[in-house]
Amino acid sequence: MLDAKIPAGSLEKKWSDYKNHVKLVNPANKRKLEIIIVGTGLAGASAAAALGELGYKVKAFCFQDSPRRAHSIAAQGGINAAKNYQNDGDSVFRLFYDTIKGGDYRSREGNVHRLAEVSSAIIDQCVAQGVPFAREYGGLLSNRSFGGTQVQRTFYAAGQTGQQLLVGAYQALERQIALGNVKMYTRHEMLELVQVDGKARGIIAKDLVTGELERHFGHAVLLCSGGYGNVFYLSTNAMGSNTTAIWKAHKKGAFFGNPCFTQIHPTCIPVTGEHQSKLTLMSESLRNDGRIWVPKNLNEERKPFDIPEDERDYYLERRYPAFGNLVPRDVASRAAKERCDLGYGVGTSKQAVYLDYAAAIKRYGEIEASKRNLGNVDAETITKMGKEVVKEKYGNLFDMYEKITGENPYVVPMRIYPAVHYTMGGLWVDYELMTTIPGLYALGECNFSDHGANRLGASALMQGLADGYFVIPYTVGNYLADEIRVANIPTSHPAFEEAEKAVRERIEKFMSINGKQTVESMHKRLGKIMWDKCGMARNAQGLREAIEEIRQLKKEFWSDIKVTGVINDFNPELDKAGRIADFIELGELMCMDALQREESCGGHFREEFQTGEGEADRRDDQFMYVAAWEHVSGGWQLHKEDLVYDVVKPSQRSYK
Amino acid sequence: MDHYEMKLTLKVWRQANNKSKGRFETFQVDGISSEMSFLEMIDILNERLVVEGQDPIAFDHDCREGICGSCAMHINGRPHGPWHATTTCQLHMRAFKDGDTIVVEPWRANGFPIIKDLVTDRSAFDRIIQAGGFISVNTGNAVDGNALPINKDNADASFAAAACISCGACVAACKNASASLFLSAKISHLGLLPQGQPERHKRVISMVAQMDKEGFGSCTFTGACEAVCPKEIAITNISRMHKDYLAAGLSADN
Ligand SMILES: Cc1cc2nc3c(=O)[nH]c(=O)nc-3n(C[C@H](O)[C@H](O)[C@H](O)COP(=O)(O)OP(=O)(O)OC[C@H]3O[C@@H](n4cnc5c(N)ncnc54)[C@H](O)[C@@H]3O)c2cc1C
Ligand code: FES
Repeated sequence: MLDAKIPAGSLEKKWSDYKNHVKLVNPANKRKLEIIIVGTGLAGASAAAALGELGYKVKAFCFQDSPRRAHSIAAQGGINAAKNYQNDGDSVFRLFYDTIKGGDYRSREGNVHRLAEVSSAIIDQCVAQGVPFAREYGGLLSNRSFGGTQVQRTFYAAGQTGQQLLVGAYQALERQIALGNVKMYTRHEMLELVQVDGKARGIIAKDLVTGELERHFGHAVLLCSGGYGNVFYLSTNAMGSNTTAIWKAHKKGAFFGNPCFTQIHPTCIPVTGEHQSKLTLMSESLRNDGRIWVPKNLNEERKPFDIPEDERDYYLERRYPAFGNLVPRDVASRAAKERCDLGYGVGTSKQAVYLDYAAAIKRYGEIEASKRNLGNVDAETITKMGKEVVKEKYGNLFDMYEKITGENPYVVPMRIYPAVHYTMGGLWVDYELMTTIPGLYALGECNFSDHGANRLGASALMQGLADGYFVIPYTVGNYLADEIRVANIPTSHPAFEEAEKAVRERIEKFMSINGKQTVESMHKRLGKIMWDKCGMARNAQGLREAIEEIRQLKKEFWSDIKVTGVINDFNPELDKAGRIADFIELGELMCMDALQREESCGGHFREEFQTGEGEADRRDDQFMYVAAWEHVSGGWQLHKEDLVYDVVKPSQRSYK
Repeated sequence: MDHYEMKLTLKVWRQANNKSKGRFETFQVDGISSEMSFLEMIDILNERLVVEGQDPIAFDHDCREGICGSCAMHINGRPHGPWHATTTCQLHMRAFKDGDTIVVEPWRANGFPIIKDLVTDRSAFDRIIQAGGFISVNTGNAVDGNALPINKDNADASFAAAACISCGACVAACKNASASLFLSAKISHLGLLPQGQPERHKRVISMVAQMDKEGFGSCTFTGACEAVCPKEIAITNISRMHKDYLAAGLSADN
């Protein structure tokens, strides 16, 4: 009964055929149609700009004080596109294939092929907007490589690709605001979806400065609210990243796709103590030159540079000689956990491994010495020259590491550990990015669409901009073409009344509990349950326990939290209470999803389902489907969308 | 790195809203580890305040990685505190020692009215961008990305200016509360690229007009902005902006 609406026909013709036959809305009618966009990160800002340019009346919302501060701003490494500027054999097909394989065969062929098709136009659009991508001396665009691929297709702007792309989209959006096509509501948070006759027709938003609730009507509603990695408390996401917008939609009928699919990134700065509020990513690019190791001895006390070579375990090189330190993220993360669980971890917490640049510094130093014809040079000079090369390539990351840890990574190996980074799961959407609620769409990280069970590096930025610039402008028209006769529904309509009343009661409830525990402490406890039992490795018993513990936590939350301040004021504590309440419910669903998926695939590793060598054991015969969860009274019901592979033949991933 | 614990005195600006009068409130905090970030230290204080039933200190923050530009605290008389090229969120407590007194204030400028405590309204920056901080190209109109080679030096200089995170530290540091460094970073980012040429003159005229309208002061080249900028945006951008402004005034086609 779940219809993904993938167009018929051959894979490479699906999108162009769709565009050729999709319904259109004429300019005069566009002016009468209102579209609400919740979230103005890469997905939302690009959608708002593109739809504003087309002449729709757009209202866009974000909780930060400016759209330019969305979490997308933090992306470091780059954005993929099948340009084949390097002449190294790249193509739309290869980008499509790498993404399907990287996702461990849990995404849709039709969607992923479209993503690869439009990738090239994204780069063109961004260049035209003035995004200052890295360039070669000839003036042309530069590329680098990322994990899971054999071609160089990643475009970048130093370690600030996200900032530059978002500023591009933000400027396009601000231009539409100036032209009056888009009305922007900053410091606003969507707290409820409004439906009339089953269709999405608006939202209830809170003005975070005054605390007032507002009603907004739209002929369609687009959710672009980002990922929910903060359900784990500690993650690389921004502090405000949350699930509230999609969770409200889910509770109003939008199915949730693959909620348990979470990406744990292998190279992040480890936790230092209870005070830790977030984790910082060290870009994947560092694994190009760094070597990862732990001591061979348990209870090693020596400083890393005092440990001789033969007493070090370069465990990735040992286990995966073919890919070595460049295995995909899920594999690298699990291998680090395996070592630390056995007690080989380093640092005070023993929850870290070394990422060592000594060998790279020496290698680069020697290359420099020979380039400059220096003959026989002493080790010190080699090290000095090597450090210069490393600084040029990775300087900003090394600086960031030093600022946070106070240690100099040119001298002491970095300590790293996996951290929650990205959520592949999200609202279930069809080919048109529409959820199971008519007129409600989900774009960017908050949908489940393109990355299957594991996302490849540099593909999230691509997906966000593909959805916003090049997909939604076509697909939303297909729906709105039939809505042109619908006059604006006044916000005095009972549906708005009821939705606002529900939001108000909930806020009043938070304020009235007046218990003893802070919302922050509840969030920490939820995060610990999720990380221990629904994190890098999961098993049935742990997941069952987690579900019980989360239910208990939920009871405590609703009876014992303490929220200070008043309702009609700038009150971040109160806003946080709402977000954590939603995270708690989502946590339970994630555990249920992880429990039902009795296989290991991509980032989802069930300990009961591994090969003799400890690798993921995917069970295509039973689990080649998208798990789409429907919220029903008292719990959830699972629906399955079978995945059909017409072009790619699923096989076991091997990196040995 | 050796860690240590500290006991600190914090003097924090508290102000209920834009209309009320503000004042400093003093707090003692102890058990602060040198490993914590500055904001994590505030988190600990806020947790305590909530438990005690008091209103926690309001402050803007999001990425905590030095890139979103949300965090904005004036610490011991300097925007973003004592470390060079560092945002408030990247400042760590090993910058301080046991027994220190730390004074924390919001950005102070006419263009940035206070919302609450350390939170200010920086929407003026968005409106300055609306006045012309963009290239007018609709989606789908672009030519191939490599159809337009760009000299690497210009591309790199444009990127260096585009590194601005719109935090407003430049305004907070300036005795005139001028937004010139912020604005000039945008003028350079777009003006150094061939794509930015068609609107170059119009852009500078309307963005400067908007800056004036928002109540920011004028630039007297003290260099205070450059010194505190977490992204090291160079003051030479302001000279470039002034040149563009003059040229725009002289040319007929603005
Ligand atoms: C440190 C880091 C580095 C990364 N590096 C890369 C990389 O190099 N390459 C890559 O491809 N990907 C990378 N990613 C992933 C990528 O950055 C994100 O997946 C992507 O930017 C998400 O974009 P988005 O538009 O979907 O959401 P976001 O950018 O998170 O935007 C969400 C928007 O929704 C708004 N919002 C949320 N909830 C509400 C609500 N209830 N009401 C109103 N507004 C709301 C927010 O204000 C915001 O505007 C990285 C991620 C991290 C954490
Ligand atoms: S919180 Fe983002 S720059 Fe400080």
